[in-house]
Amino acid sequence: MKRRDFLKTSLGGTVTAAAALGGTVCSGTAQARPNLEPAPEAVGMLFDSTLCVGCKACVTKCKQVNEMPPVIEGDHIAWDSARDLSGDTLNVIKVYQNGDRSTKDVEIDGFCFEKRSCMHCVDPGCVSVCPTTSMQRNPITGIVTHHPDTCIGCRNCMVGCPYNVPQFQYNEVFGQINKCQMCNQKGVERIDNGQMTGCAEVCPTGATLFGPRKLLLQEAKQRMALKKGDTYNYPRGDISKPDNYYEKEVPDYKQHIWGEKEAGGTNVMHISAVSFDKLGMPPLGERSAPSVVEGVQHALYSYLALPAMALAGLTYTVKKNTSDHDDDDGGES
Amino acid sequence: MSEYQALGGRIFTKPFMVLSVIFAISLYFMFDRFVIGGMGAVSNLNGGFAWGIWVVYDVVIGTAFACGGYALAIAVYVFNKGQYHPLVRPAILASLLGYALGGFGAFFDMGRFWQFYEIFLPWNWNFNSVMLEVGLCVAIYILVLAMEFSPALLEKLGKKKLLKSLNKVLFLFIALGILLPSMHQSSLGSLLIAMGHKVNPLWQVMQMQPLLALMTAILMGFSIVLFEASTVTVGFKRNSETHILSGLGKIIVGLLIAFLVVRFGVLTFQGKLGLIFAGDFASFMFILETILFVIPLVILLSPERRAQGSKLLIAGVCMLLAGSLYRFDAFLLTFNPGPGYNYFPSVPEIMITLGVVAFELMAYIVIVKLLPVMHREEHA
Repeated sequence: MKRRDFLKTSLGGTVTAAAALGGTVCSGTAQARPNLEPAPEAVGMLFDSTLCVGCKACVTKCKQVNEMPPVIEGDHIAWDSARDLSGDTLNVIKVYQNGDRSTKDVEIDGFCFEKRSCMHCVDPGCVSVCPTTSMQRNPITGIVTHHPDTCIGCRNCMVGCPYNVPQFQYNEVFGQINKCQMCNQKGVERIDNGQMTGCAEVCPTGATLFGPRKLLLQEAKQRMALKKGDTYNYPRGDISKPDNYYEKEVPDYKQHIWGEKEAGGTNVMHISAVSFDKLGMPPLGERSAPSVVEGVQHALYSYLALPAMALAGLTYTVKKNTSDHDDDDGGES
Repeated sequence: MSEYQALGGRIFTKPFMVLSVIFAISLYFMFDRFVIGGMGAVSNLNGGFAWGIWVVYDVVIGTAFACGGYALAIAVYVFNKGQYHPLVRPAILASLLGYALGGFGAFFDMGRFWQFYEIFLPWNWNFNSVMLEVGLCVAIYILVLAMEFSPALLEKLGKKKLLKSLNKVLFLFIALGILLPSMHQSSLGSLLIAMGHKVNPLWQVMQMQPLLALMTAILMGFSIVLFEASTVTVGFKRNSETHILSGLGKIIVGLLIAFLVVRFGVLTFQGKLGLIFAGDFASFMFILETILFVIPLVILLSPERRAQGSKLLIAGVCMLLAGSLYRFDAFLLTFNPGPGYNYFPSVPEIMITLGVVAFELMAYIVIVKLLPVMHREEHA
């Protein structure tokens, strides 16, 4: 074969292989699974930013429940100074500030608080990417849990989480991934015992409200429908059995329930009077990334059918071509 | 007599000593990472940038650099191009070292390295995970490369019988050696899909990720062969292999055209062409990357330039830079996990990576001097 022919063959081969691969992946994705649906008895939380006064009782309670040390910054030993999630901080309250910061819950010249903790995605990226099944979604409650006993620390869950929630303990030689497990991990099991999450229990204003996802979504929609300036009876604690209610003036809610649909939805939902891109929420569409990548993986690797066929073809070709070489130069590499 | 020869000569040359100093420095930081302070003490990895240069350079780019054996195997054993056969054994060695050290890179990046074996236990497997495919496939491929390279060792040891029986089944390992990199090199692209919005739109092509990753891997594979063969020719003062290499140049042209067609086709289809001229950092990096892809194309299109060793070397280097930048851009440089996170590798982090590369080069130099790896010169 001349080199010109070889160029043609190799180019042709490349294009064919590319088309085959592209075609397989696209058809596979066409049949790809849709986003996962919420678990049948999904529990979650509703965080209403307009109710949060930034007391950080939830941060302290979270550390107590999870037996984690406070973050100390400078001489401020009276409170936890955690600024973001870390291997030792699973829940944090952040502040949005603009201009002279004179008014709460407005975007210009205002401020508001935002909670950061695991959103407990309905279709969680961390669970999908984990090679060793160390991230799991409870099929009944939808709670996303972490199991360090099988974790190799590849940290794909960290890059695969749209919210940067799983965090590794970088400052320990034998560290581990940590994330909020909705206070239901082994040894804590607050939800299984009929309690609510630590953060919701101590929240004085009901900004963090615990309960079944369905009821929380209903409540969020109800708040969206309220008229600014009216009064509303806000519940506190667990929405299915509130500790108490209190009356408060209705703020100017943005008509957006974060977590109703984002990337398949989340069990922890947020509502706010400041738009979510200003609160650092990621730009997510409705399609979950796991549903796309799993479509690709399964199209290529289901039952290892394609690799097995490719291997058979390659073995035949290589065998044929190595025998040719043997005739040529009597030796093989 | 074997058609391959050991190059012989002194082991402890000046370049070797320099490399060993770099490696020794990296050992100190590895000790810190594994025994004293953990990953945080030596790296700038953080909550948003969980993957730094250890993953992106050592594994994602390093294994692409190690695709020479894979690319040549396709040319020689699938398209039956026997004339490239002399290049195969040195390329397999470079691949073996590249992948083995990529594997080692993955190990010291592993947050829970003491239980790395958990990924090999079938009852832990999550079949939705791209990382599972990458981890298992790379591990098996390292063993396959070792088998493919073992004839060099057996020849040296004079184990003729064993060599003969190995040669009878070697075709199986060669076939696996073509299948496995096709799998995990495309998967390295699929890893980006799950990162969703964090990957810049110019690189986040979703379902097309595996195809583009695979094409760059093969391109870089052929380019590294170009690069290594020209460097060895110069470095070890051997006769020029330019006549063989110019044919590789032609293959690269074909692949490059196919790659650019797919790359721009996908961006057009996804309506992202405008982003190329947005004037931000990502658009600058995209243009730089594209220029680096186009330079080798221009050089290699002309038969006169293809016949010149120096031009081939430039084309090979540009192609390697382009392929590396493509992966760096997607995984790190334009990667955006959200507000509050920045990453630039720390000095110890860079030193560890340099130490690994230094070790790889040292091993290569020693092995080609001791074992019959290089093809016997025709006009010696």
